[in-house]
Amino acid sequence: MNDVVSSVIDGAAQLAAILAADTAPESSIEAYRLDFEAADAASTEPAWLRETRRSALAAFERDGFPTMKDEDWHFTNVAPIAETIFRRTRKGSEVSADVLARFGHGQDWHTVVFVNGRAVSGFGAGLPAGVVVSSLASEIERDSDLLKRHLSKLCPPDSGAFSALNTAMAADGAVIHLSAETVLDKPVHLLFIADSASENTAVQTRNLVFADKHSQGTVIESYVSVGGDNYFTNAVTEVFVADGARLSHYKLQTESVNAFHVGTVSVRQGRASRYESFSFATGARLSRTNVHSTLAGEAAEVVMNGLYMVDGAQHVDHQTRIEHVAPNCPSHELYKGILDGRSHGVFNGKVYVHPEAQKTDGKQSNNNLLLSDSARVDTKPQLEIFADDVKCTHGATVGRLDETALFYMRSRGIGPAQSKRLLTYAFAADVLEKIELEGLRDALEEQVLRRFTDA
Amino acid sequence: MLIIKNLRAAIGDKEILRGIDLPVNAGEIHAVMGPNGSGKSTLAQVLAGHPGYEVTEGEVTYDGRNLLEMDPEIRAQEGIFLAFQYPIEIPGVTNAYFLRSAYNEIRKSKGMSELDPLEFLDLMEEKTKVVDMDPAMMNRSVNTGFSGGEKKRNEILQMAVLEPRLAILDETDSGLDIDALKVVAAGVNALRRPDNATIVVTHYQRLLNYIVPDFVHVLANGRIVKSGGKELALELEEKGYDWIPGAAA
Repeated sequence: MNDVVSSVIDGAAQLAAILAADTAPESSIEAYRLDFEAADAASTEPAWLRETRRSALAAFERDGFPTMKDEDWHFTNVAPIAETIFRRTRKGSEVSADVLARFGHGQDWHTVVFVNGRAVSGFGAGLPAGVVVSSLASEIERDSDLLKRHLSKLCPPDSGAFSALNTAMAADGAVIHLSAETVLDKPVHLLFIADSASENTAVQTRNLVFADKHSQGTVIESYVSVGGDNYFTNAVTEVFVADGARLSHYKLQTESVNAFHVGTVSVRQGRASRYESFSFATGARLSRTNVHSTLAGEAAEVVMNGLYMVDGAQHVDHQTRIEHVAPNCPSHELYKGILDGRSHGVFNGKVYVHPEAQKTDGKQSNNNLLLSDSARVDTKPQLEIFADDVKCTHGATVGRLDETALFYMRSRGIGPAQSKRLLTYAFAADVLEKIELEGLRDALEEQVLRRFTDA
Repeated sequence: MLIIKNLRAAIGDKEILRGIDLPVNAGEIHAVMGPNGSGKSTLAQVLAGHPGYEVTEGEVTYDGRNLLEMDPEIRAQEGIFLAFQYPIEIPGVTNAYFLRSAYNEIRKSKGMSELDPLEFLDLMEEKTKVVDMDPAMMNRSVNTGFSGGEKKRNEILQMAVLEPRLAILDETDSGLDIDALKVVAAGVNALRRPDNATIVVTHYQRLLNYIVPDFVHVLANGRIVKSGGKELALELEEKGYDWIPGAAA
C-alpha cells in the first residue's frame, strides 16, 4: 500500500501528506482520521463545532462505508471510494474568465466560486437587502449563531457514513440566508470547480440554505471539473424552508468521468412552503445523489425531478425520500434516465406517509431509456402509507427506443442515427420542461439537444 | 415508375406476400383492395422499407433502380411516401421540428439548401390550408393526443410538404367520418400531378368516390387475384370479395 500511495502523490501532495501525518495511512478510514487529527490539532474552531466533528468522525469510524448488504446501497458498490485514499484538498488555481463563462450557462446569476472545495470569489457583492451569501469558513470563524443552531440538524452523525464524514471534515461551503419576506432577484449559483490540484483528494463541501418565512429564491449548485482528475466530492446541503417560503434548488453534477461524487440534500419544509428540486447528473465515474425532504408543516408542497444521462462504465444512483409528516401536502416526482454503453443507473424513491398525514397527494415516476444492450437500470419506487385518506401513485419503466417510431422517422427521410438522437432528446425533453427557471431550462435543453443531435 | 415482379415477403416464418406483380406509371392512381389479412398493409410497408418484413423473392424497381436495396430514408429521399394506417405518436418532438427535419433531409439529399425555421413557417402556413389544419397543431408533439382524424390529416400534411413522386396511402380512410374523409381526399387530389403516382390501399370503396382510381386490384392471400378499372371497386362494394376466384377466405 505504501508503494501505491507514494507513486501517486506529487511533490505538493507529499508536503501536504507530511503536514497531515508522519506515517502513510494503511486505509482510507485511517487517512481520514489522520487528516482529521491534523486539522483538529491546528483548529481554532468553536468548541461546539469541534465536538460535533468528533462525534461525526466517531460515527463514521464505527459504521464504516456502506456495503451492498445495506438496503440503501444494494445496487451501488462504493468499494472504489472506500478503498482509495483521498487526502485533504489542496489549494486550486485562480479561475479564469473562460472557465467561469463555460459553467455560467450564459446567465446573469449571482455566482459564488469554490475551487477544490475552498471559497474563492463572488461573496457579498450585488445582493439585495435581506439576502446574505457567505462562506462556511467565515461563518465558523465568527462563530455564527445561525450555524450553531442548524449545522448538522438535518444530517446528524447517525444519518449515514458519507454525511458523517462530511460533518467531520468539511471546512468550507456556502451559507445562504434569505430573511423573512425577501425575494431573491436572481438565482444564487454555487459553482464548485475541481482543478488539476484535486487529483486524489476528497473535496468535502457543506452548504446551508435558509429560506425564512415567506421568502422566495433560487439556488443552483454546480459540481464541475476542468480536467479529467480522479477525486472524490462529498457534499452535503441542509435546506430550511420556513412557513410560506418558496425555494427552487437545482443541482448540476457534471464532474470528471474519473471522479466520485456523493451528494446529499436534506430539506425541512414548514407550513405552506414550496420546494422545487431538480437533479441533473451526467458526470462522475460513480455518483450517488440523495434528496430528502420532510414535509413538517401542513400544506407544504415538494417537487422533485431529475434527469441522469450516462455512458461508458459510469454508475449513477439517485435516492429520494419524501416524508409526509403533516396533512394536506402534495409531492410530485419525476426522474428520467438515459443509459448508454455499459453504464448502470439506480433509482430508489421512497415516499413515507405518516399516520397524521391525511389528504396526502403523492405522485412518483421513474422512466428509463436504455440505448445499448449492456446498459442496466435498477429502479425501486417505494410507498409506505400509514394514513388512510391519501392519494398516492407510483410507477417505473425501463424501455428502449420505439422501433416503430424509428421506422416512422426514417420513412420521412430522416436517417437512423438522427432519428435515434431525436427520439432520445424527446425522451428527456418532458422532464427538462418542468424546470421552472427558464434560463437554466433552456441551457440544459440546449446541452441535451447538442449531446444527442450533433453527429 | 414502379414495377413489382413476383414479390414475396414474410414476417418471421409466415409468408404474407406470395407473388405480387404490379406496374405503376407516372400519373396513375392504383387502388389495392382486399379482405382483412390479404396482405394490403404488408405490401405498403414493404414498399416503404419496413425492417420487420423480409423479402424472400421477386424484385421491385423504382425509376429503373432496385428499390429493395434502398434504406427507408433513401426511399423517402427518392420520393416515396407512406401515409401510415396508424400514425406514430412521438411525444417531445414538435410537428414543426419533425417535419422541417424531414423536409431538410430530403432537400439535402438533392443538394438543395436547408430551410430555416422562419422560412419553414411560411411553407407551413400554405400547406396547412391544403388539409384545413390549424397551424397551431405544428407546435404540438407529433400525433400526440391527436384524434384519429387529426392524425390522418397530419399524414396528408406531411405528404403535401414532402411532395412525393409515389404516395402510398395505407387505409387512410379508416376511422374517418365523411367530412374528414372529404378533406383528406381533397388534399390528395390537390397534390396530384402528371409526374407522380398514388397507390391507395383500402378495405372499402367509400374513399374511391373521392379519389378516383385508374386501376383497381384485388389482393387476396398475398396475391393479386383480379384487376380492373374503377368500376371493379363498385362491384366489390356490391358483391363483396367471395365471388372472385382465389379471394375466398
